[in-house]
Amino acid sequence: MYAQEVKSTGLVVKPLDEMSDEERAFQVRIDAGEKIEPKDWMPDGYRKNLVRQISQHGHSEVVGQLPEGNWITRAPTLERKAILLAKVQDEAGHGLYLYSAAETLGVSRADLIDDLLSGKAKYSSIFNYPTLNWADMGAVGWLVDGAAIVNQVALQRTSYGPYSRAMVRICKEESFHARQGFDIMMKMTSGTAAQKAMAQDALNRLWWPALMMFGPPDADSVHSAQSMAWKIKIMTNDEGRQKFVDQTMPQIEYLGLEVPDSTAKLNPETGHYDFSDPDWAEFFEVLKGNGPCNVDRLRARNIAHDKGAWFRDGLMAYAEKRKIAAE
Amino acid sequence: MFEFLLRMGDNTLVLGHRVSEWCGHAPVLEEDIALANISLDLIGQTRLWLGLAGEVEGQGRDADALAFRRDVWDFRNLLICERPNRDFGHTLMRQFLFDLWHFERLSDLSLSVDDRIAGIAAKCVKEADYHLERSKDLIVRLGDGTVESHSKMQTALTALWPYIGEMFTDDALDAKMADAGIAPLPSSQHVRFHKALNETLAAATLMRPTNDFAQMGGRSGTHTEDLGHMLATMQFLQRAYPDARW
Repeated sequence: MYAQEVKSTGLVVKPLDEMSDEERAFQVRIDAGEKIEPKDWMPDGYRKNLVRQISQHGHSEVVGQLPEGNWITRAPTLERKAILLAKVQDEAGHGLYLYSAAETLGVSRADLIDDLLSGKAKYSSIFNYPTLNWADMGAVGWLVDGAAIVNQVALQRTSYGPYSRAMVRICKEESFHARQGFDIMMKMTSGTAAQKAMAQDALNRLWWPALMMFGPPDADSVHSAQSMAWKIKIMTNDEGRQKFVDQTMPQIEYLGLEVPDSTAKLNPETGHYDFSDPDWAEFFEVLKGNGPCNVDRLRARNIAHDKGAWFRDGLMAYAEKRKIAAE
Repeated sequence: MFEFLLRMGDNTLVLGHRVSEWCGHAPVLEEDIALANISLDLIGQTRLWLGLAGEVEGQGRDADALAFRRDVWDFRNLLICERPNRDFGHTLMRQFLFDLWHFERLSDLSLSVDDRIAGIAAKCVKEADYHLERSKDLIVRLGDGTVESHSKMQTALTALWPYIGEMFTDDALDAKMADAGIAPLPSSQHVRFHKALNETLAAATLMRPTNDFAQMGGRSGTHTEDLGHMLATMQFLQRAYPDARW
């Protein structure tokens, strides 16, 4: 899963000769493909932007448990239930790596979680859409994890060492997730009429939100130049979206499904698929909190946190008692 | 034998399902991961027990048919497995009491004269050992944590106490299994279970309830009201689309 870049640094890229010595040395290292490590000097903007991006990514993994968790108790076979459990467990694990990567930048996980729970921090808009039939478990793996992989594979080359290393590990698991999603879709599209209808319904609902995962069109996100220069962002939103459509359209055809975009077709001149824009007005409404599930997702996380306070406090108190006893 | 295997497989199926209900709602991320892991183990064990049950029955039913196409009265799990999650304290206490019983049971079954049962038990006991280590540790830490965590764990223990007795009550089927050397009598675990339980409760500063009344029925198919609701959710797709393959 991946948190889309919506608002970047807002900074304009300085030419090398206008930078301070420290800034210039930093940029030279990045240009040379070196990794930046936690104790290295870094510009404030770089640090802040990374904290936001990594924590949004972590929050997406954590909230991303909910739409799939919605079907764990209704998985149709023991094998499907086991696979889905393993997948959601992976997502929670990704959340942990990412929070840990963010902590190397001097923030605390508790503060990051408070920002998520208060609604201050964002997570990927995709998780504010509901999962309404079993084929959604296929479509989420295939489309949502598929879209995430496009971004995350690129992010393995990101300049910040801990983030890059987390991505390497996460990508391995995500490709398993996408494959299991496609496997569910194959089973559904080769199944009964009702199963085919579920598969088409899932594609119809999740296609546009999946395209939105790459963020607004490049023309509307002019601030990403600094993130690109710092190699926090590796490809533009439109590049990622095109790559995703190019890899997914043949799969849709293979499955015998119809993409809910009558303009989507291979352009023989460019070798890429043409396709329509998603409804960006809807995208910005979801970001503002008006998606179909924003309120429910945040409510679920807040309830889990509040009702779990006694558990966390109990463990801390025990640890404190042991510490005192040892002294 | 079929009935005996259902007793083993239904325990892990029903408890595994209950634990999976927590997904995404646990008090802390590490617990989300741990619970998914435990549920995953229990569902994996279910596939082994119910798979063998289907084979032994010889009527063409596989583990999925047994899990998703039987009604409440055909389930043979201990009642404690189907008790609702309530709060996290209940969930942990239920897990601990089950793990303590389960670990001992699987250890015994790994010595069964039936190689298939011994094989499954030997595989599952490693997981059960780890589950017990984790649940015991949490019971101790929360029992001896804050006043509130102590009170939550004590409440959970009291609520679940009547469901322990069923674990050690022998019936005619148990006697047959014991005579055949397949599985020792459930009552033979009683002393070991309570010795280990007392040690953990003492470390956790929890009081052992004095009421010895036992709720019975799960192992012969008379369940609590909760199991029907669980099956309605769990079996929905298989029941609504009986011709589909998933």
